[in-house]
Amino acid sequence: MSLISTLARMEAVESGRAQPLATVRHRRLSARPLVLVPLTTAGEAGAPLGALVGTDPEEPRLLVVPQPRDRDLRFAFLADLAEEILPYVDSFTDVVEAAERNEVDPETGKKVKVEVELCADAPQLIVPSRAGIEYVRLLGRSTRFRRTAEQDPETPFPAPPRVPLLGRWLTHFGERARVPGSSLLLSATDLLNRHWATGQSSLEDQHLGALLAWIAPCDGEPGAEAALRAEVGRDAQGQLLCPPAGPATDPAFDNKLLAPAIERYDRARQSLGAAEDGESADTGLAELHGAERELRRLIASQLKPTWHSVWRAIELLRELPEGARVEDRWTRDRWSFTGHRDRIAAGEPPQPRRDDAVTAASKLAAREQAQGQLEAQEALDDPLVMAGRRLAGEAFSAEVVEVTMAWTESKRPAPRPLVTVRTDDRPHLAEKVKVYRSLDGKPQAAEFVRYEEDGSPLLRILDRMGRSREPAEGSVPEKGERIVWTLFEHDQRVGPKLPDPEETPWTHGGPPRADAVEPPDAVTPEDLL
Amino acid sequence: MTVFDPSAEAARATSAILADTLRGTARGVVVDSPPGAGKSTLVVRAALELAAAGRPLMVVAQTNAQVDDLVLRLAEKEPDLEVGRLHSNDSDPYDKALDDLANVRKSAKAGELTGLPVVLSTAAKWGHVKNVEPWAHAIVDEAYQMRSDALLTVAGLFERALFVGDPGQLDPFSVVGAEQWAGLTYDPSASAVSTLLAHNPELPQHRLPVSWRLPATAAPLVSDAFYPYTPFRSGTGHGDRRLSFGVPSDGSGPDRVLDEAAESGWGLLELPARHTPRTDPEAVGAIALVVRRLLDRGGAAVSERSETPVPLTPDRIAVGTAHRDQAAAVRAALADVGVTGVTVDTANRLQGREYDVTVVLHPLSGRPDATAFHLETGRLCVLASRHRHACVVVCRAGVAELLDEHPSTDPVRLGVAVSFPDGWEANHAVLSHLEEHRVTWAP
Amino acid sequence: MPRPLDARALAALAANPGCKRRAVLDGAGVDKSALAAKLGSPAPFGQSQFAIVRGNSFEAKVKADGGRELLRLIGVEEPGEVSVPDLAAAGPEGRVARTALALREATGAGAWTLLDHPLLALEVAGSPVHLEPDAVVVHPDGGWTVVEIKSFPMIDGSADAAKVGAAARQAAVYVLALERVAARTEGARVAQSVLLVCPKDFSNVPTASMVDVRKQRSVTRRQLARLTRIDEIARALPEGISFDVVERTAEELAAAVECVPHQYAPECLAACELAFHCRARAREADAVEALGRSVRGELGGLTTVGAVLAAARGEEGDPEDPAVAALRRARALREEALAGVAACR
Repeated sequence: MSLISTLARMEAVESGRAQPLATVRHRRLSARPLVLVPLTTAGEAGAPLGALVGTDPEEPRLLVVPQPRDRDLRFAFLADLAEEILPYVDSFTDVVEAAERNEVDPETGKKVKVEVELCADAPQLIVPSRAGIEYVRLLGRSTRFRRTAEQDPETPFPAPPRVPLLGRWLTHFGERARVPGSSLLLSATDLLNRHWATGQSSLEDQHLGALLAWIAPCDGEPGAEAALRAEVGRDAQGQLLCPPAGPATDPAFDNKLLAPAIERYDRARQSLGAAEDGESADTGLAELHGAERELRRLIASQLKPTWHSVWRAIELLRELPEGARVEDRWTRDRWSFTGHRDRIAAGEPPQPRRDDAVTAASKLAAREQAQGQLEAQEALDDPLVMAGRRLAGEAFSAEVVEVTMAWTESKRPAPRPLVTVRTDDRPHLAEKVKVYRSLDGKPQAAEFVRYEEDGSPLLRILDRMGRSREPAEGSVPEKGERIVWTLFEHDQRVGPKLPDPEETPWTHGGPPRADAVEPPDAVTPEDLL
Repeated sequence: MTVFDPSAEAARATSAILADTLRGTARGVVVDSPPGAGKSTLVVRAALELAAAGRPLMVVAQTNAQVDDLVLRLAEKEPDLEVGRLHSNDSDPYDKALDDLANVRKSAKAGELTGLPVVLSTAAKWGHVKNVEPWAHAIVDEAYQMRSDALLTVAGLFERALFVGDPGQLDPFSVVGAEQWAGLTYDPSASAVSTLLAHNPELPQHRLPVSWRLPATAAPLVSDAFYPYTPFRSGTGHGDRRLSFGVPSDGSGPDRVLDEAAESGWGLLELPARHTPRTDPEAVGAIALVVRRLLDRGGAAVSERSETPVPLTPDRIAVGTAHRDQAAAVRAALADVGVTGVTVDTANRLQGREYDVTVVLHPLSGRPDATAFHLETGRLCVLASRHRHACVVVCRAGVAELLDEHPSTDPVRLGVAVSFPDGWEANHAVLSHLEEHRVTWAP
Repeated sequence: MPRPLDARALAALAANPGCKRRAVLDGAGVDKSALAAKLGSPAPFGQSQFAIVRGNSFEAKVKADGGRELLRLIGVEEPGEVSVPDLAAAGPEGRVARTALALREATGAGAWTLLDHPLLALEVAGSPVHLEPDAVVVHPDGGWTVVEIKSFPMIDGSADAAKVGAAARQAAVYVLALERVAARTEGARVAQSVLLVCPKDFSNVPTASMVDVRKQRSVTRRQLARLTRIDEIARALPEGISFDVVERTAEELAAAVECVPHQYAPECLAACELAFHCRARAREADAVEALGRSVRGELGGLTTVGAVLAAARGEEGDPEDPAVAALRRARALREEALAGVAACR
């Protein structure tokens, strides 16, 4: 943790309230996000228990699996989930704008501009916590290789029609969430933690209830007390006042409430199955519905508080103005969304279980580039973030005290003005170190020449002054101007081009097998999904 | 019992490597080189022999400084050889010293250098080279510091390659999480060599068995602590290297630790236990004082290179730290005591460099906690293996306890080969050795 | 009566090996869960019965078919006769002796043997603790392999790295305990990799992976060796201190616990029953560690939140101290940025 955010945490301890870590919002918040609060069954990978899902804070859709060990009920849950999520996703696929993309012409090998569609907006999924993001990935993995009856009439346990498609979208959201600065899939805790420092540790900050207790306590209660209640407070029945934000449930809930309710449901199903006449069938059915209603009530009781917390988090974040460069990153999210839309439309197979060598390398390169971009953009958008970079010696705010015109010694002299600046910051400057400032949103480069006798840095401006001998109007810093210079670049360089997967070299195992088709997961009598 | 003849051992290893490289059938040859084992000499020699055999050669190094250094070495050995230096489009893309070399052609375009017997560049620049006829051979230098994904971008440019590197130095890293590929043979964040060998386990693997840099006092410790499965020896014996001072000790801590280091090759100047910020003023001051005394006392070195004592000048001394701000603080402190010309840098930047005497600020000195960064095996290895004569470590007391209190909750990823040695253990090993050469001192 | 060194105690040891309070309480065999409850900060750990049922049925499946399923996971398709000796005996000492005997017999037998829930003993902090691995497989060549059966899934060959790490540390202790028996058994050799068995993907079909535990073994060995020093810590305690959860009052217990210094860090919350109690003490003491181990790195000798804030505001602290100087610059920069934004709105 940087010293400046440590300090913010300590101020939060002292004041009992969270302290700002940002002055603008660094992530896109969609006007119409889809919130998903999932719960899973303890000890079973990918056996969902229930979920609240929807775009309207007042009207979540409650989905429940009354008996998580029942394959049909799980499939029914996933089909319902698909019916909530896919129409939402689809609502963004058709609204497009024209855009250009560089492509290599396969015949000439030259780069050409191609007119393509870009979705005008993109869907946004918000889950409570990081574990929720992980769960979205798990759901994606567990469903995208399922076979429907249409795909494979022989499959013994066909999945409902739209479930594999849901899996592909969830997988895409899950992968995109690994890209720094992306906003297609976000967690409420990450969002809040990016923008506020609480008076507790980052581990404790993963608890959504405790986190909100610091950021938005009721009645000005001190954060530590409110957070403690959120963490461990229990009612007379021993149930948590603030249930976990999922997907894991509280063991006390499982053992005391859920297990008996599931047992009752199982018994009701059994007696319904064993019913021999209409009357006992009616009684059995009523008992089954009663048991199911009770289960829905119980699971809703665990989901509702988290649902409200997620929307509360969204509300809090909406109060912050959006950072200027957030739009730029969101555009990349839109490209990512559009690209996946096109892959599905083109009938490409689901994402493989594991990336091949080239895909892995290109994802890593893209993410490293996004990370550099994010760090630079957040600092440029937000003086509080820039303050941290200044403290670290990676940027400095300086007043221009003198400007001396100078030119290159070439045939057509270009301007290379020398600028003396005064700063109280302590940047890690050394000879030839490049520094950058933002000029009309574009970076202008300078290099450090030397420290003057009084310790003032002398900089030489290198670019963005036009083509003529005299620098363009406003392109040279003026005396008295206060400018923030960064030692980091504002844009990221494009990395080396990777080979096509079919040209994977011998050092990396050669090309992946072209005939390798991802098989569906093996189905066993006891499998869980 | 046979007597260990370092020159013969090293020569045997080198000829086996060259035989596999020039006449072998495998597409790759891997050479592990411990600190100061003559890696650059091997690279230059292999380059010259490949060039002499008429095999078009590309050389891949990791930094521009490494590339320039190899170009200069090649030109020194074989001034008539035509060499291409492929460089970036940045300003000042290569060492100006290259401009004085008649047969070195420089260009930012690979196409302008084709046909030359040897072309050298960084992995990053090679990665942008496209649509060229592949080279018959490549030498990949510092291959353990190269990431697997970087190799992926350049491997299409050559038919066969010699991979040379030091497995004990700092591993490559990624600024974003790469856990999702952990355990894959081609994990893009892993080292180039691990991917290469995972896919081509049959490739011949060699190692250079002799460190010409590390003295007999240092090689056993560095070998045991950092290369437990690939041991090496010092090329020199006890007594081949001597460090002496013209001015006797004044009895102070710095003087006593210098005497200890001159005598035994190692010295630990232990300051009282205390939690300090990274730029611990007392530790930084102690380092400056040690360096100052090293120069003031007329240090002189005798070695196999020269029988008459060679004065220890500032350029033969380096100070190593873990962090940049520590290096900056040491530079300022040295300036305050009037010392100039001594190299002060972080472990990352000291990789591959060599000095007579090094003074090291222990990465864990004064820390309230150890982190993965501070425990990284390669960091300590680099700091403990830059010297030809002696290494003085400055450290707060209490590091052994700190190590013992370090949580051992490391995640374990299936399918990932466990790398040895573990930083925690290597730190314990080095520390217990240093404690035998301890001088306690309160500034 | 020695208490088993269970997974939770091991996790607490790994998460905070330097904590003297944990060392003394674990060494003295105190029921920390009961202690925490009596102190008014009950441990939040519990296990869902769904997970327990699932774990048990998975383990039974792995050990089905007379151990042949397990050997198939090791990679032996045709094991021939697999011996599964009865390890039942009276009392833990009896079971430990029975296990040692079974190991000796199996090692000489030259065939595959599966030891189902053997009981091992290991000297920790001067007293024996009992360990119960899920299984140990004895190879025909005399090699012994620890088997850990876990119910978290291996999906596409990878698993939750934190959980695998915990399993590796647990298995490393079994390896250490087995090595003591092996030292007295001719022809025996304990494998330094253990077999981790988990459900495959989303099924309950077992799959397995060999996990190299050499690192965990050497770290744990050193940590356990250090634990013997707790009698030294205990000697420094006042006379008459008792952690008797049944007999002593909450006040007495609180006072007793307070005599042994803790080294709270937020990581304890997931590993130690007493963590919420220690956290409250750490917060009362205004300790910076309550905010995380990593915050201390740049604070030098400043150990309380109050001291840090006072130093940052220029009320206390030596401006020559780099930590104090950095804090003042941090505060000034933070204030400047926040004031600038406030002025704009």
